[in-house]
Amino acid sequence: MVSDATGLRLKLARLQVVQLICLEAAVNGYSTQNPSFCVIPTTTFHNYHYWHILFSYSLINVHTVRSAAFTVRTAASRPQFTNSPTMIVMVGLPARGKTYISKKLTRYLNWIGVPTQVFNLGQYRREAVKSYKNYEFFRPDNEEAMNIRRACALNALKDIANYFAKEQGQVAVFDATNTTRERRGVIISFAKEKGYKVFFIESICDDPEIIEANIMEVKVSSPDYENCDKEEALEDFLKRIECYKTTYVSLDDESDRHLSYIKIFNVGSRYLVNRVQDHIQSRIVYYLMNIHVTPRSIYLSRHGESELNLLGRIGGDSGLSSQGKKYASTLSEFIRDQAIKDLKVWTSHMKRTIQTAEALGVAYEQWKALNEIDAGVCEEMTYEEIQENYPEEFAMRDQDKYRYRYPKGESYEDLVHRLEPVIMELERQENVLVICHQAVMRCLLAYFLDKSADELPYLKCPLHTVLRLTPVAYGCKIEPFYLNIKAVNTHREKPVVSQRTFNSIADHQFQQLISMVYLFSRMWM
Amino acid sequence: MMNGYSYGMEICMTNCPTLIVTVGLPARGKTYISKKLTRYLNWIGVPTKEFNVGQYRRECVKIYKSFEFFRPDNEEGLKIRKQCASAALNDVRQYLTEEGGQVAVFDATNTTRERRETINRFAEQNGFKVFFVESVCEDPDVIAENIVQVKLGSPDYTHCNTEQAVEDFMKRIKCYENSYQPLDEVLDRELSFIKIIDVGRRYLVNQVQDHIQSRIVYYLMNIHITPRSIYLCRHGESELNVRGRIGGDSGLTARGKEFARCLGQFMHKQGISDLKVWTSQMKRTIQTAEALGVPYEQWKALNEIDAGVCEELMYEEIQQRYPLEFALRDQDKYRYRYPKGESYEDLVQRLEPVIMELERQENVLVICHQAVMRCLLAYFLDKTAEELPYLKCPLHSVLKLTPVAYGCKVERISLKVEAVNTHRERPENVNVHRTAEDALQTVPAHL
Repeated sequence: MVSDATGLRLKLARLQVVQLICLEAAVNGYSTQNPSFCVIPTTTFHNYHYWHILFSYSLINVHTVRSAAFTVRTAASRPQFTNSPTMIVMVGLPARGKTYISKKLTRYLNWIGVPTQVFNLGQYRREAVKSYKNYEFFRPDNEEAMNIRRACALNALKDIANYFAKEQGQVAVFDATNTTRERRGVIISFAKEKGYKVFFIESICDDPEIIEANIMEVKVSSPDYENCDKEEALEDFLKRIECYKTTYVSLDDESDRHLSYIKIFNVGSRYLVNRVQDHIQSRIVYYLMNIHVTPRSIYLSRHGESELNLLGRIGGDSGLSSQGKKYASTLSEFIRDQAIKDLKVWTSHMKRTIQTAEALGVAYEQWKALNEIDAGVCEEMTYEEIQENYPEEFAMRDQDKYRYRYPKGESYEDLVHRLEPVIMELERQENVLVICHQAVMRCLLAYFLDKSADELPYLKCPLHTVLRLTPVAYGCKIEPFYLNIKAVNTHREKPVVSQRTFNSIADHQFQQLISMVYLFSRMWM
Repeated sequence: MMNGYSYGMEICMTNCPTLIVTVGLPARGKTYISKKLTRYLNWIGVPTKEFNVGQYRRECVKIYKSFEFFRPDNEEGLKIRKQCASAALNDVRQYLTEEGGQVAVFDATNTTRERRETINRFAEQNGFKVFFVESVCEDPDVIAENIVQVKLGSPDYTHCNTEQAVEDFMKRIKCYENSYQPLDEVLDRELSFIKIIDVGRRYLVNQVQDHIQSRIVYYLMNIHITPRSIYLCRHGESELNVRGRIGGDSGLTARGKEFARCLGQFMHKQGISDLKVWTSQMKRTIQTAEALGVPYEQWKALNEIDAGVCEELMYEEIQQRYPLEFALRDQDKYRYRYPKGESYEDLVQRLEPVIMELERQENVLVICHQAVMRCLLAYFLDKTAEELPYLKCPLHSVLKLTPVAYGCKVERISLKVEAVNTHRERPENVNVHRTAEDALQTVPAHL
């Protein structure tokens, strides 16, 4: 058997193996339209057998097929956001929140599954001009500096093209002032040539207090001002802004009426939206119109320890254990001590979060979207029982915990999708306490702390701990508060899986596949 | 024990009622927007009603003579119009304070700053939030098309021919033009509003106050009026269908496959360019789409309602194992949630992004499931929560929806392939102590 496998392995090209999977799928009535781009429904996709074969026997370049299959499944399982890559181009004077918006928007798009990256021109400039002297660099009559800045812009555009072509990026955020019509013209021609869509985001602000606050929060600590004190930095930066003002041409209602853009006035009191082209631009506009910069804190906590937690069982809808009840009352004291203004409290529809909120004695809102991940056939099982009854599923989950979907249940990826309206409303709100569940809290945390899909399912969210998130500068400050009520640990790290386990389970399945391969290969050779 | 709120939308949409006020010259789409927005808000569970001042005027002045009624120097006309506006505002107040309404749409021209001030004061007195929706359009083609689509058929012009009606209406618009004061970025900067320019090419959004206004803005920015059709159909007959079992994830029967083939032929004959095809992530819809031979997108949100513990059971088995649940479902099919499953109300919430994307798109074929199709249909045909779970969505027929005037034209096309009936009417006896016979009275036939 093994030598047959080797022989066949050598003969099979990558395309043919993928075709093989397609034909297998076709037998079951699924898509075979394009042999190298087939739709594998999630039930088949998570069929352990295919992965075992591909991983263990390396019939083809595993990474390529895996990513190809992922691309396939991702494309098929979520609606198309956009057909062509999109360039988001920031416009505005310094200290108008462009980088803040760029980073936040990028974080959001990545979280909802749209590969996005920021290209900050200031960073390119810092690499080109090792040390920053003063604002004179930005004077419009400084020819040498102008050349350097132009070269940096072209480099950034080149990197963007590379990101789209080679790194499967879908959205690139070009974070720079882009204050002249000429510069924007260069970008538009570049995008047109490459077939990218362009969407401008212009931030306009004339409130001196807001500008000074911005400068103090993010500019004085920038690498440019390492050797200056705060006062000097502020003064120099204000002069820097003046350099741009003389040549600043805002997006114009008339001359730019064919461009797609949003103009944000005074941190969101007013918006002007022109020519939204597609779904992703519509989502971006909606997101930008919901974020704000009012200082506030978000408190994330799980429900108190539940009866099923004590039994080591996942999912279900049990009530709080006695420790859990203690936590609920301690949480109530903690919240009162925090003395939070206008706190909103949100829970899921499950008993354990509702019971936790009840102890607070304040009004709370229930969201079905905050319910714990649905473990389908594995609901209320212990991990040992899952290993016993569904060993392949269990192994598959450890292979790719983010995308793995429990049979008749959900995946973390599905969770993110259903939590999106929660995130949108969290952005709109100010002080909120969210009482939720382990998987849900991991997804929310990943959004605020910009964690990747690989890290997300392993974030540590222990029971009886409150995480306070406070937006600061370009990110989020996180403070954990352990409320000193003992609880079981429900965190399961990613295990190291042995090759032997794979081999023993799927050998007989491999036989099946090889016979099919043999049969089909006769057709091709 | 449960102290928290649990609205249909799971969050408190707004603390105080909201008054949406349209602004704009005649034939700018104000009533179209009012009706569409009202339909959307009701579908997502926010009780909304529109108050069209033109209707109040028609009740007051039984017979419409000519545009002269609207002349700015027609004192008597002005008096009547002011009275009608007040009567409408009165009804708004009653709806929002006594009848449990959450949003009222005040549909009138409201073209002068003075009139808008009056409304603002009214809202302040009553504790309502105000959000203005202004439609500005100078494209003569769009205006002409509007007049033809909705004005010619208006009660005002029943006794005129087309030419006379158009001429009179153009003069009517002229009467408003001189006194029109559009919402201004500077003068009206304290007001909350959205200005829609040229049917959605451009938007100016000012001072959005809360969640519901944010949702309204998002909705208005996604709708369009480009002519198109939406095709709704279910998957072909499935294995579990013929056995009278609900839910599950089975494949198509031979007849189901035949339907898929006929569907492919039918859609091809429709000759639509750029048709988008959407399915759920369940086998039976995917197999149906496969037969079309065109690319399609899978939406998890289009999956059939999760029947929880009742998945893959026959109605007879549900009656046997869960007679209480079965009765509760018949009592309130819209809100009833299967244990460990979903309700129609949950379905509507998960379908909202689908509706939003359907609004953005043009020609779309949605291959889905019975409960899902009922929810989508209820949105397009403005059905209530009571009617929704009993809408007839038989297998092997396609519904073609085409937006026209203020509503939706529906064409039902049966593709002449036999299938079981899966529609269960509400039985007469919904009492929890009813007999099995009473409960199973309306169950359709199966193997």
